[in-house]
Order: sequence, then C-alpha cells, then structure tokens
Amino acid sequence: MSTATSDLTATGAGHDEEPLLVVEDLSTTFSTGGADIRAVEQVDLSLERGRTLGIVGESGSGKSVLSRSIMGLVPKYATRTGSVRFDGREMIDADTDVLREVWGAEMAMVFQDPMTALNPVQRIGHQIMESIKEHLDYSKTQRQETAIALLRSVGIPEPERRLKQYPQELSGGMRQRVVIAIALACGPGLLFADEPTTALDVTVQAQILDLLETQQRERNMAVVLVTHDLGVVATRADEIAVMYAGRIVEQAPTEVLFREMRHPYTEALLKSIPRLDLPSHTRLAAIGGRPPDLMHPPAGCRFASRCDYAQDRCREEEPPLSGGDERDSEGHLYRCWYPVGISRPQTTVDTVVEETHVRSPDDPQVSEALDGSASDRHGTSSRDGDAPASAAEDA
Amino acid sequence: MSALPEAPTAPRSEGDATEAAVDADGPPPANAEASRPGIGVGGWIAASWLIFVVAVAFLAPLLPFDSPTARGSGPRLPLFTDGHILGTDSSQRDVLARLVFGARASLIVGFGAVAIGMVVGGSLGLIAGFRRGKVDTALSSLFDILLAFPQLVLALSLVTFLRPPASSDASAPDTGASLTSIQILVIAIGIVAIPLLARITRATTLSWSQREFVLAARAQGAKGGRIMIREVLPNVLPAMFSIALLSVGIAIIAEGGLSLLGVGVEPPDPSWGNMITENRNVRSAPLNALFTPIIALFLTVMALNYLGDAIRRKFDVRESAL
Repeated sequence: MSTATSDLTATGAGHDEEPLLVVEDLSTTFSTGGADIRAVEQVDLSLERGRTLGIVGESGSGKSVLSRSIMGLVPKYATRTGSVRFDGREMIDADTDVLREVWGAEMAMVFQDPMTALNPVQRIGHQIMESIKEHLDYSKTQRQETAIALLRSVGIPEPERRLKQYPQELSGGMRQRVVIAIALACGPGLLFADEPTTALDVTVQAQILDLLETQQRERNMAVVLVTHDLGVVATRADEIAVMYAGRIVEQAPTEVLFREMRHPYTEALLKSIPRLDLPSHTRLAAIGGRPPDLMHPPAGCRFASRCDYAQDRCREEEPPLSGGDERDSEGHLYRCWYPVGISRPQTTVDTVVEETHVRSPDDPQVSEALDGSASDRHGTSSRDGDAPASAAEDA
Repeated sequence: MSALPEAPTAPRSEGDATEAAVDADGPPPANAEASRPGIGVGGWIAASWLIFVVAVAFLAPLLPFDSPTARGSGPRLPLFTDGHILGTDSSQRDVLARLVFGARASLIVGFGAVAIGMVVGGSLGLIAGFRRGKVDTALSSLFDILLAFPQLVLALSLVTFLRPPASSDASAPDTGASLTSIQILVIAIGIVAIPLLARITRATTLSWSQREFVLAARAQGAKGGRIMIREVLPNVLPAMFSIALLSVGIAIIAEGGLSLLGVGVEPPDPSWGNMITENRNVRSAPLNALFTPIIALFLTVMALNYLGDAIRRKFDVRESAL
C-alpha cells in the first residue's frame, strides 16, 4: 500500500502546532432567486491527523453542506465566508486550479450512495486510475498495480478481475468499497465520509465502517464522518459535532458528549434511536415538528420551536456556542440557555399550574393536552421542574 | 476511531468471504446480463435491411446497374422486364438503377444532415447542459430562436440561400466550385436538425451531470472538460445514438418534402424524394416508378425508427438496472 501513500509528510515542520484542518467562522450561503439560504453558519472546527470528527444531524441540518464547504465543493451560487486552513494553507479563497490539486490528492470524499457515485459506463479500473493519473506521475503499469493493491486493501476479492468490471456487476457493499478505494487512491490526509453507510444493507454497514477505520489507522488519516446516526459515531469518532439548522449546537469529545449531553436536541436525537432493551411496542421518541426555514431563520434558538424545554428567552435571544460551567468537561461546547443537567429553567406563571401534570409524563393524555402537536412524543420530558414544551404554538 | 484497541486486519478476509458469499447468493450479475433484452428479431431484421440498403447504395457505382439518367427509347417497360427488373419510368430510365442511386442520395442527405446536427448540436447541447448558468441561457435561447421558425420554411430558405444563383435559371450546370445540390441539402437539413438534437442532448446531459459520480470526479480533482468528455459524454451517447437513427429517417423524409417543393436533389439525378415527385403527376401513372421509391423509403424509415427504439429500450433497461 506504500505506493499510494505518497507525499503526506511533505509539509514543513512549521505547522506542527496547528492541526491538519482548522475551520473558523465558516458560513455557506446559497443565493436563490429570493432570500438567501444560510445552510451553514459560524462553524468552528479543528481536526488533527489520525483523528475522527463525527458530524451528526438530521436531514437538512447542513451537515453535508458543511463537509462540502470545507472541501470547497460547492456550486457557483454558494458563497463561503470565514476561514478553512488545511495543512497550513488557506483554502476558502483558493483558486479552482489550486483546489483541484488538493482534491483527491490531499482531501477526498466518500459519497453516500455507491449506486450513483460510480460512473455506470466506465470500468472500475478506469475510475480508480483516473485520479492517480491526474495527481501522481505513475506509469500505466504502476497505476494498474496501485489500483489492484487498493482494491485488495479495501477487501475486494480477485481485484485483477474487478478492474475490468462495470459498477453494476458488483453488490452495494462492494461498490462502496470501490468508492472508498477511489477516494484513497492518492493517499489523502483528510477523508470526508458523507453518510458512507446510509445506502447500504445493515449487515454491510459495520464492515464498511470497520474498513474506513482500518484504512484510517494504516494511513494516519483525519476523517470527517458525516451521519444522521449517533450510534454510528458513538464508537468511531473522537469528537462529535451535532448540527441543527446550519449551526453546530453541541460539540464535545465523544465520551463527554454521551456522558453529559447538554443540548436538548442531542438528547432528543439519542432518544430517537430504537433500543433493543426496551419492551416491544414501546413508542419511539420522535422529535416533533420540522427544522426551521433557513431562508427565514427564527430569532432566538433555532431549536426552540421543537424543544421540550424552551422558554421565552430561547425564542428571543440566540444562545452562543459556549461551555465553561464548572460541571462541563474540557472542550464541551453547546448552544443552549438552559442546558440539560445544568440549568433548571425558571418556571413561569403559566406553567406552574401544569407543573404537576408534567411530573407524570407517562400519562399520554396529559402530555397530549400539553402539546397538541406531539401525540407521538409523549413521555419524553425527563427533567424535574422543566417547563412543558410549547412547540405547538410556535410551529 | 481510536476507541477500538486492536482490530486486527486478519478478520477482514473472513468478513469478505461472507460478503462474497452473499454476493453469490443474491441476484448474480450474469443473470441480469442474460435477461437484458437484445434488439430482438425485429431489430435484427431492421438492421439487416439497413445494412443491405447502405451496402447496395454505397457499392452502386461498382455494381452492374444501368446509368440512372440514361434515357432509353421505345415504350415504357413494365415490371419484371428482362434487363429492367423494375421496369422503366416515363422517360424510359431504369427504375432499379434510379432506386439504387436514389438511395445513395437519400442516405447521404439523411446521414450527412444528422452528422452535422449531431456534431454541432450535440456539442452545443453537451456544453449547455454541463456548464449550465449563462452559457446554457445563451445557447438555449439560440436553440429556441432556431426552433421558432417552421422547420420546412427554414430548410427551404436555407436551400434557396445556399443554392448558386446560376442554377436557378439554367438547368443544373455542375459548377465545380459551388456546392452540389446534395451538399446544400445536407447543410440545410443539418442546420435545421441542430437545435432539435442540441435540446435533446442538453436535457440528457443535465440529468447525467447531476449524478453523484460527476461530483465524485470533481472531488477527485478532475478538470471540468475532462469530466464532461470522460464521465458525462459516454453516458449521453447511447441515448443520442438512438435519437440519431430516428433523425436519419426524418431527414430522408425531409429531403422528400423539399423535392416536392422543387428544391430537393436536382433532377435528373435521382433521390427517393424526387423520384416520387416527378412520377406523381404523370397521368399514365407509372406505378412501378412511383411505388418502388415509396416502398423503399417506407421500409428504410421504419427500419431506422424500429432500430432506434430497440436500441433506446436496450439502454433504458441498463439504466434502470442500476
């Protein structure tokens, strides 16, 4: 495999202090005919070589746009502001020609759906060798050998034969391995995996994630793992950023996040994962409502309209991404005025009366009365003394 | 990912073995290959007819046919006369020879015009669909403007414009430098075909350009032009090929239509179109001279349509199998 891992270490020693990837105040705006869509706003991230960052969020939360914005793979009508420093170089205003040198060679992306990420009319060998040809000065035989070695390293049997096959001759899992092989072809230092297992059979998912992990270890790659599934990143990411409506709402090292999640959205995401240890026919806790319209984002916290604990302040003032409470662990940031496990929100006059009902959330009638829109999420409020949700009014 | 201590690489092969086994159990690719329809019996008949027509037309000068323009003497000969198997027309010219040389003219016009339409229209459509934005707006408006003209009128005025003024009064003098009537027809019908083929190419390109593999190629650092040619074009070509075949039929018919208006291939040189035209008014209807080109035209256009459809179906199945 040494053939493909080319010039990863070619960078000077001057960047030792700075992580491989530093993203500061990154925002991405799509100009449409009418209002602009702010798909990603004020994102700060950093990632060291060999580490994994998990980006989690529901559909439309901007997680895919974020990874593409970092890479620079956004359409012409998108504007990016802020700073993306990769390996000490500023990428945000870099010329397309410069980016093209970086794409594939130093940063690569594994796409979600291996059914569409491969060209149906090109042989697999051609598709793998294409980017080697673009970036590395290899002879034809060397390219072929590299391609075979790559296919072998991603666990594809009979790689010589596969080179001549077309994508539709392979199964979904095999195709995703090919997609990974293509992304790894030139030995990138940073790999974006955009929902790499979402389109795959459950039994294949773990294999693909294991493969990514093995490759990461062998190549000392930094990996950005984008997913909607907290379960996927729980064991595989070093750090997790939870996105909601274009913003990072909570960010922490993985263990910290799962030990003490602060943002109600993170909590709700975790609760929405089906669990085997619950009795059958337990209702799945869904998050009611929809994400806000990014053309006209609401004032205040963007999750407020769906939050079980939202207060007046949440609807007026947007909380900053911060931490620093003495109960917080190092590096734990969240965007919430009344974080889970720290604040007891003030009980307002309206809610005092209903307070007793909230304490018995198991009674479906009570919580439906409290929140007319959310018959599917009763029994979710777990904190004592929390104000009942008023999502219905805002939604 | 450092959470897992030592996931040795050895078990990987085990996992692969199981997945390979699953692969073998699932719908094997070989099956899909077999169930994919070919072009069918009809397709082969159509293809054979076309190959036959093209071969005969191409080899016509080498084959022992009479001159298509040589006038005989005596009465008009009916079908199956010895030496003139399809008889002669009202000017005592051999109908078979005219049919064969007419095929030559019609096919040259058909394929030539579509070749121009494909190369020019296809490239413009590909660029418009791939680049999008302002380039697309500009090119699409151009196509729309061209399409706004009634096609027959456009072709007619193009022929009139391209035709050397001398030939309009004199009876077809072959002026060496200027274009022959066949070349004029190829260019005129080709230009008419450009916006049609460009629009179809653009639409096909648009849908393929939004596929993820195009983004994936970009993410691997491929240049725009390279993506357009190496990634998108090979996917657009099959659809274009079947449309090209259909268009050849239409172009051949267009030549017939222009002949009817007196601006087709110039007599006495035959084309299927002008053979029909010059025999349609004769009172003593020489049916052999009128109907043989009609039948040849009908069969050829039908074969082109059928084959085009069969090829399109074949590629559609392959797309949906993805």
